[in-house]
Amino acid sequence: MEEILALAKKVAEEAEVYMVSSEETPVHFESNRLKNTQYKQSQSVALRLIKNGKTGYATSTNMENAQQLVDDAVATAEFGMKAEFQFPAAKTFPKVAIFDGDVDKISLETMIQLGEELISKVTEYSPEVICEGGVTKSSYQLSIVNSRGGQASFMESVFGLGIEGQRIRGTDMLFVGDYQSSCRPILKTDDIVKTTIRQLELAKRTAKVTSKQMSVIFAPDGVTSSLVLPLISAFNGKTVLEGASPLGKKLGEKVFDINLTIEDNPLIPYNTSSRPCDDEGVPCQVTPLITKGVVMNFLYDLQTAARAKTKSTGHGQRQGGLPSPSPHAFVLSPGKVSFEDMVKSIDEGIIVEQLLGAGQGNMLGGDFSGNVLLGFKIEKGEIVGRVKDTMISGNVYQLLKEISAIGSDNKWVNGFLNTPSICCSNVSVSSR
Amino acid sequence: MTDLQNIGQQLSEILKKQNADYVEAHLEESQFSSISYRGKQLESISKTTSVGGNVRALVKGGWGFVSFNDLTGLQEKVEMAVKQARFIGKETSQFYESKPVVEDVAAKIKENPALVPLSEKKQLLDEYNNAIWSTSGIQTSNLGYGDANKKTIFLNSAGSFITQERADVTVRAVAIASKDGEVQQAGLSEGTRDDFRPIRKLHKEIKQLAQRAVEMLTVPTLKGGEYTVVLDPILAGVFVHEAFGHLSESDFVYENAQLKEIMTLGKVFGGSHLNIIDSASRPGLRGSFKYDDEGTRSTKTYLIREGKLTGRLHSRETAAKMHEKPTGNARAINYRHPPIVRMTNTYIEPGECSFEDMIADIKDGVYAKNWYGGQTSMEMFTFSSGETYRIRNGKIAEMVRPVMLSGNVFNTLMNIDAIGDDLDMNQGGGCGKGGQSPLPVSNGSPHIRILKCLVGGK
Repeated sequence: MEEILALAKKVAEEAEVYMVSSEETPVHFESNRLKNTQYKQSQSVALRLIKNGKTGYATSTNMENAQQLVDDAVATAEFGMKAEFQFPAAKTFPKVAIFDGDVDKISLETMIQLGEELISKVTEYSPEVICEGGVTKSSYQLSIVNSRGGQASFMESVFGLGIEGQRIRGTDMLFVGDYQSSCRPILKTDDIVKTTIRQLELAKRTAKVTSKQMSVIFAPDGVTSSLVLPLISAFNGKTVLEGASPLGKKLGEKVFDINLTIEDNPLIPYNTSSRPCDDEGVPCQVTPLITKGVVMNFLYDLQTAARAKTKSTGHGQRQGGLPSPSPHAFVLSPGKVSFEDMVKSIDEGIIVEQLLGAGQGNMLGGDFSGNVLLGFKIEKGEIVGRVKDTMISGNVYQLLKEISAIGSDNKWVNGFLNTPSICCSNVSVSSR
Repeated sequence: MTDLQNIGQQLSEILKKQNADYVEAHLEESQFSSISYRGKQLESISKTTSVGGNVRALVKGGWGFVSFNDLTGLQEKVEMAVKQARFIGKETSQFYESKPVVEDVAAKIKENPALVPLSEKKQLLDEYNNAIWSTSGIQTSNLGYGDANKKTIFLNSAGSFITQERADVTVRAVAIASKDGEVQQAGLSEGTRDDFRPIRKLHKEIKQLAQRAVEMLTVPTLKGGEYTVVLDPILAGVFVHEAFGHLSESDFVYENAQLKEIMTLGKVFGGSHLNIIDSASRPGLRGSFKYDDEGTRSTKTYLIREGKLTGRLHSRETAAKMHEKPTGNARAINYRHPPIVRMTNTYIEPGECSFEDMIADIKDGVYAKNWYGGQTSMEMFTFSSGETYRIRNGKIAEMVRPVMLSGNVFNTLMNIDAIGDDLDMNQGGGCGKGGQSPLPVSNGSPHIRILKCLVGGK
């Protein structure tokens, strides 16, 4: 890394070297049986430099050829965008526990056992379900150095386990399942089994839905697939800077229901989205996004913050390319209503656990719509069966302006979102 | 440069000495360049080089897989894959055996994107971005260019040694218009194979998409419900790929008794006018190749012929397990993943109906063009149009807001009552499956007409 930095400094004003290496061991189950185990080693190095005030960028998996990497970055700098930021100097980072050496010690035997246990418990309950499952352990090492003396380095361990079951009757297909991840080993399958079996239990019967407006409970996974995607783009500092965010001019204004509070929190111990700094070496922090319905902050990386004349919030994340503002972990504050009471209060409505096709349509404007992949009908306060051939659509900004109820049942979805169930009235539901 | 050929020779010798039912390896070297704009602003311009490989081993039905960037210690890596496979293998391996192939497949590159100077690519993209921004009413836009040059070597324990090369270019553009808090967007996705030239001629299309985004702000929203829907070749191609194509991938089917029953060969899926094909052997398309990632020669597979299910897509493992022949559909997006059953170029074969005849007897219907997104879950699909019109009394009438079409694939295939004569292949697609995305594919169709199609709306 030092060699690349030294070479880059000879030809450019500023430079930053980012290196990530990882080892991953997934165990994969298919059709209720162990299918394969894998071991994946990978490494890559990215060089960002500023030459004549412009940004150049190149990446490689080859650690040996530093000169090639520098030449590639210099070639792109000729056409690159104007660099309006400075790399961060040396910083102190918050302490957050994201590495546990025990993860790597989990043997292949134990991982296989966990997977087999998941599958046998689910198929014991319902023998006709065919399961796919996975148990994965991995570790990441990330290092950053830059020409202003900034440097950061951390290791993260991740353990994940999940199951996806499908039940087919004729041409009727049902999909169930759950997934958990942590920076520490997960050695119990109980929660995932319980969720999956509950879904199967509720889906025993199917219920009829007529097309009209009705109450919809978005269960945690349903919140992710429908309500959160539009918010991610709206809180992105880049969208705001472009004037494309519906929230851009609403900083400090009450836009949402008074009971809605969302923060981005990368400092929760052992959550897989947690980290001491972002991919530019800027310290991470808790960022309130919505507090009691009021818009509080947007998310920035270095370049976007400089252009918007504000500071990076530590959200410069790389997805294979240059850093760009991106949330770490959205946490929605829990409400006071239990899921059961929420259901009881509804005369006619549906529960959306998984939505298919969300993220299509005019997301920026807050519109969402999709086919209910897994959902249940509520009649007179009781869950009466699974819904099929049903689509819902709505606008996030309209729905979250007046929320009927926020649950107390917070749950992590993919280590990225922690949310309770949310109930909204007058959602448009269409069915054949 | 890494001497991949030489490493391949070493690896080939190691593979032959393993005590396993089957071992294969892939080596890959690639160069990418990309340019992207967000709004008027250049977002990034970058170059990437990558080299890596993998080893996959089969012992008693169990698979081991090791992937790496570090090309040293190959012996240990091969042994690790074999050890993993042996650890989990408890049955008899079923894997379709085929004769070893040693071939160096030269790419038929017409104009290599890697040799087009970065300055020229940047200039072209500037022109495209100007085409979007010279339209009034545009709020923001996304424009992305990417090219990839890839050389792969496939090796196996039977002695195969296949070298293949390819170049891919993609351009994606989205224009977003807004007015009075309303937002609409229009997009385009183009791809080419082994040829940079078509990428130079997109000015008119990009200008039109920007104008369409602005126009869409002023058009009405369709009322949700069941309609007779005519799909254009792009959207019909997405439908055939997403909704039906994935069900033809045998890795979904071979160990699943119920799905096997649904996908029984000979079963009627549509009218006798319906023919659906997957063919990597059709040259020059994004999903085309001579050998797949298990060294199987590519084929043309009729998935549906005259309305009946006649074929499905196989890897060597699924073919052996279902006692059918491999179709050359085992593909991996890169060396970090094992090959799995994937589509290549998937399309509905053209029929005889002209577009005019197709809409002539529709009193009140929908003409859905272009594609914005799509997702399926076995029988259920949803996909969004990019451009939508009302059909009234046999004529294309006013534009309406884009719609989301949704339904059950089996019912929908049955409800295709007319197939056009105007096959067109869309090269802009990338397919995702099993965490491997976007894999270069193409899909296509002539115009098709679907009765009683569920359209989402207000």
